[in-house]
Amino acid sequence: MPMVPKRLKPYAMIAPALAVFSLFYLYPIGYMIHLSFHEWNFISPEKTYVGLGNYREMLADDVFLQVLRNSALYTVMTVLLATGTALPLALWLNRKSGFHAFVQGAIFSPHIISLVSVSLLWSWLMDPEYGLLNGLLHPLGIGPLKWLNDPDTALLSLVIVAVWKNLGYNTIVFIAGLQSIPPELLEAAALDRSKPWTTFRRIILPMLSPTLFFLVIINLIGSFQVFETIAIMTQGGPVNSTNTLVYYIYEYGFRYFKIGHASAAGVILLVIVGTLTLVYFRLLSRRVHYR
Amino acid sequence: MARIDLIDVVKQFKGETVISKLNLTIREGSFTVLVGPSGCGKTTTLRMIAGLERQTSGDILIDGACVNDVEPGKRDVAMVFQNYALYPNMTVRENIEFGLKNRGVPRHERERLVRDICEIVDLTPYLDKKPQSLSGGQRQRVALARAMVKKPKVFILDEPLSNLDAKLRVQMRTELIELHRRLGTTFVYVTHDQTEAMSMGDRIVVMRRGEIMQAAAPMELYDDPDNLFTAQFIGTPPMNVFPMNLLPNLGTEGEGRAEYVGFRPEHARLLPGSADPPSDGLAIAGSIITRESLGAEHVYQLRTTAGTFFVKQFLRPYAGGDFATAVVPHDRLYFFDGEGRRLRNLRAASRPEPAAAGVR
Repeated sequence: MPMVPKRLKPYAMIAPALAVFSLFYLYPIGYMIHLSFHEWNFISPEKTYVGLGNYREMLADDVFLQVLRNSALYTVMTVLLATGTALPLALWLNRKSGFHAFVQGAIFSPHIISLVSVSLLWSWLMDPEYGLLNGLLHPLGIGPLKWLNDPDTALLSLVIVAVWKNLGYNTIVFIAGLQSIPPELLEAAALDRSKPWTTFRRIILPMLSPTLFFLVIINLIGSFQVFETIAIMTQGGPVNSTNTLVYYIYEYGFRYFKIGHASAAGVILLVIVGTLTLVYFRLLSRRVHYR
Repeated sequence: MARIDLIDVVKQFKGETVISKLNLTIREGSFTVLVGPSGCGKTTTLRMIAGLERQTSGDILIDGACVNDVEPGKRDVAMVFQNYALYPNMTVRENIEFGLKNRGVPRHERERLVRDICEIVDLTPYLDKKPQSLSGGQRQRVALARAMVKKPKVFILDEPLSNLDAKLRVQMRTELIELHRRLGTTFVYVTHDQTEAMSMGDRIVVMRRGEIMQAAAPMELYDDPDNLFTAQFIGTPPMNVFPMNLLPNLGTEGEGRAEYVGFRPEHARLLPGSADPPSDGLAIAGSIITRESLGAEHVYQLRTTAGTFFVKQFLRPYAGGDFATAVVPHDRLYFFDGEGRRLRNLRAASRPEPAAAGVR
């Protein structure tokens, strides 16, 4: 083996990983930022420099503002529901019995199903005329609901699908968090005459805060990037009521071939997700850590 | 102060019996130590008293009242856990106060109690710190304070010193004894360390495989063990034990047939190999394989044809050569039957038979 100077050795070691990372992450991000200042249609050999033109055009676009609103609304609802339901579910499922193990497995199974299948499945379930959901709601005197076909309920319908898909994963992570709480702590609390609610609020919840925080951030980032369900179930409609950032980027890039415009929207997404990630690492190193 | 009675207590885990028909009375105000090798059921017993584990059958009484169906918080029992189990998200003050708050003790009263307790255990400067920034010894004190502040009838301690370093452990031992004297509360203490048990308890319960081998005061346990297990568990180095058939010149008179004979290392006296042993004792000749000098005491390990054994001499080390004879007075011998039960009615008698090689 040829001698590599000791000082260079670490760099040589990470070079392969760094090369792949640069080629597939850094370069595309840089190129995207570059493209966002140009007008280009994917095919023409020349790109026209337009400065901040794409950004100006985008921010003046009512549809883009609605897209941002939709993304935010979708994200907030998904995160609240998917983590908010997973916690009580985890508290209930955190015990050893065949039944609880079965329920755990059952609610986790959506996580391993492809999103495309999930989307198709829920499109059928939510079909206004033949769907199972309306069939079940009808005897209760509810409906018929139009689900994905009504601008007022379409986004919420997608939220339901996302919650259904993510709930199992969140629950399992919560259960793992619960199981990492030393049992003596709960015993000590029992000897301290702590009531169940007090134990939950003063001991379980604080001990669970790193888990809770992790899930909120992961769900936030994931929700901001929602694409498959929208592409398959609604194509952003009706009347843009389910059009979100990634779908918007896709439409501009690969349907209208306005690469510059799509790249500008991509930069906005990068800023949002980047900020969330930064917040996550900042807070993780500071608060919510006890051991 | 409270007395605790365990009556016919049985505990099974998944069909396996961990505690079988345990009957034990813990006297009020006593410092009772449950001691035994790991897996002997001592911690399970402790947890059943605290109510953290429910016995499969039998009754547990605190101050004469059956507490089978009383939840842990209402038993008036405080526990110190092996790893302290402090609430990591709360400050020292909040940790100590938590139990008081749950009992609805008013604020100023709480403050006074916390202040008093922290004076006793030297925690006042650390009241607003989180447990993670404290040392092991300080955490231990917080755990003690948290238990003490509730003024419980019974104090339960589960190997509380095992996470401390040797020096601190000895210091905390003294402090716990002091604490017990000051509070006068019943202490139930679990340890696997017989030295700890001997030095702290005023009553020791030796357990093995879910059964009580012997419950007695420390010196009684040491001087008058009920069985082979207790005899060998208590004392360092442990009691030397030989099967009777390997000591052909040792006879017995009285009731029962001894299978084993034992003696404490410190009851044997080492004589140079050539000296004539006195006739009123058991003499075992062997070669010295290790010599351990601890200053005031000296421990020798001897190898004989009957096996190896220890001899402990005080103050003056043995000056002779490597071949030596250990002599044990006959009245210092303990006899046991095939099941390891002590045979108290047997006395030793010399047999004028020819000595086997290496054993005279």
